[in-house]
Amino acid sequence: MLFTTFILAFRSIRRHLMRSFLTTLGIIIGVAAVITMVTLGEATTLAVQQQIASLGNNILLVRPGQGFGRGGGGPQPADFDAQDVAAIRDQIAGITAVAPQASSAVTAVYEGSNWTTSVNGTTADFFLIQPWPLVAGRSFEPDEELAGKAVCIVGNTVRKNLFTKGGPPDAPLGQRIRLNGISCLVIGLLSTRGQAGFGGDQDDTVIMPIKTVQRRLTGNLDIRVMLVGVDQAYDSPTVQTAITGLLRQRRQITGDKQDDFNIFDTAQISATLTATTTLLTGIVTSVAAISLVVGGIGIMNIMLVSVTERTREIGIRLAIGAVANEVLTQFLVEAIVLSCLGGVIGIALAQVMVLIIAPLMQVPWLFVPRINVIAFLIAAAIGMVFGYFPARRAAGLNPIDALRYE
Amino acid sequence: MAPLIQLSQVTKTFGTGDAQFQALRGVDLEIASGDFVAIMGPSGSGKSTMMNILGCLDVPSSGQYLFKGRNVGTLDRDQRALLRRRYLGFVFQGYNLLARTSALENVELPLIYRGDGREVRQTLSLAALSKVGLADWAGHTPAELSGGQQQRVAIARALVTNPELLLADEPTGNLDSERSVEIMQLLTELNQTSGITVLMVTHEPDMARFAGRIIHFKDGLVDHVDSNQPVPA
Repeated sequence: MLFTTFILAFRSIRRHLMRSFLTTLGIIIGVAAVITMVTLGEATTLAVQQQIASLGNNILLVRPGQGFGRGGGGPQPADFDAQDVAAIRDQIAGITAVAPQASSAVTAVYEGSNWTTSVNGTTADFFLIQPWPLVAGRSFEPDEELAGKAVCIVGNTVRKNLFTKGGPPDAPLGQRIRLNGISCLVIGLLSTRGQAGFGGDQDDTVIMPIKTVQRRLTGNLDIRVMLVGVDQAYDSPTVQTAITGLLRQRRQITGDKQDDFNIFDTAQISATLTATTTLLTGIVTSVAAISLVVGGIGIMNIMLVSVTERTREIGIRLAIGAVANEVLTQFLVEAIVLSCLGGVIGIALAQVMVLIIAPLMQVPWLFVPRINVIAFLIAAAIGMVFGYFPARRAAGLNPIDALRYE
Repeated sequence: MAPLIQLSQVTKTFGTGDAQFQALRGVDLEIASGDFVAIMGPSGSGKSTMMNILGCLDVPSSGQYLFKGRNVGTLDRDQRALLRRRYLGFVFQGYNLLARTSALENVELPLIYRGDGREVRQTLSLAALSKVGLADWAGHTPAELSGGQQQRVAIARALVTNPELLLADEPTGNLDSERSVEIMQLLTELNQTSGITVLMVTHEPDMARFAGRIIHFKDGLVDHVDSNQPVPA
């Protein structure tokens, strides 16, 4: 009997291709939309998490000024100097290294190419604090730092824009580029780091010894930022408090006067980014839920529109001797077949969409089994419910009433 | 031999309270196997209700309906469906074929529910279509057939299970007189050559005269019965 029902169900699907297609389409769109949305949402989350990881866990950024920016009126707080760096390094417990930073905007020139970028002067400690491997070459030698030699480590964006001739990946090593007229030897190439958490291309940089930058580019001994690496065994707020105390003393800030510098903990950035990501996931999930509802309404419409036709059909089947259950089973099989078909096509379509969109959004490609299963189940359930319940009502009618149904 | 159909004091009431309406008010009727009976009567006389009860589509409110000695009133929906499947064939005024479905597949439908295999279905359906003169139209869908042809497909579907009773509800209601006569001749032939009992509701005296007996309904009761010299097939 079940076999017969399957024959009838497949015949019915084949005969009403348009109706079957539209029903399936509703499910396809619902499933594909939900999976695409959620997958891209999760991919974005993952990308942000990767950026958080690339920041390094325990880094304190010490900058002059109050909070973000330089604050309102009043005199500009002084930058730091080499003594501040030494003081922190010598007097604060629980830090791994302190890297000073001074930066300057430059035009980099190599043969016919030029590129506007920023030079970041620091010490080799910079690479101890921030995990940023080199793809080729080496970091600064102590004597190069001490002497302020014109050597540089080039970020990937700069490399791509200056060394346009191709050749082996390490071809730029040993070449000389000009930065605002200063000839500089390329000794290292940085790996790709991508977009920063706040936008901006982290790879668009050239790293040089800080002394070189101070002497030949900025023309002063100011240090704009200090990067402090915190030992894993120590608590970063404690270290932060100690540094604050030390700097207040050195900068002669007494009593309840406000700090004229700020210390930014990357853990705070992580927390902010994580909160943003959570919000993003929430938004994406609601959009996905809405598309599922829209898809569901589409399915419902098609099912209800065909009720008139189907009610008469049920009347005919009942009159010629079908038992109500046989008719219902047939309709259920039809609904299941169409819903599952739509679900499978929807999943496939979603993968294609993610494959196309993920690179455009610069997020990794992902397959999220959970959402595929959930979307499939919900869409299939909607299809079955709206396929089944009108049929159940019709099968409950007197055959004669069903035949006369308008 | 017991009559095929035996009704005693059958009533049918619709609605409740003030809206209550008694469509049948105690009908006694016997139809023997092999009869060709026409039921006539004005609108609202209860003839359609009668037909639904006789076709086991509906049950009496009171009284007794025996079909082949079985009390239909005590059967549930599914049991009545099985009874229809086994013994009854229906022809409706509006043909009621499945759309977008070939004549052959329409005729096959009752056999599918009966559980016949593919080859048996094909053979019996083609035979039934031949009987109504549509063997060459087996692959056509209802939309490709004329009204008369559609009704003949419906008749083929009704007789493919070789039923004992063929119920026809205004079978010629949608057809012109020439097509109507053809349908009536077909029913008469089935009645006379295959021995199928035919029960037909009609309001056209011209069609009723094909039947051996004409039962006139009025106000939910049998008003009078005419015996007829049936028109030879």
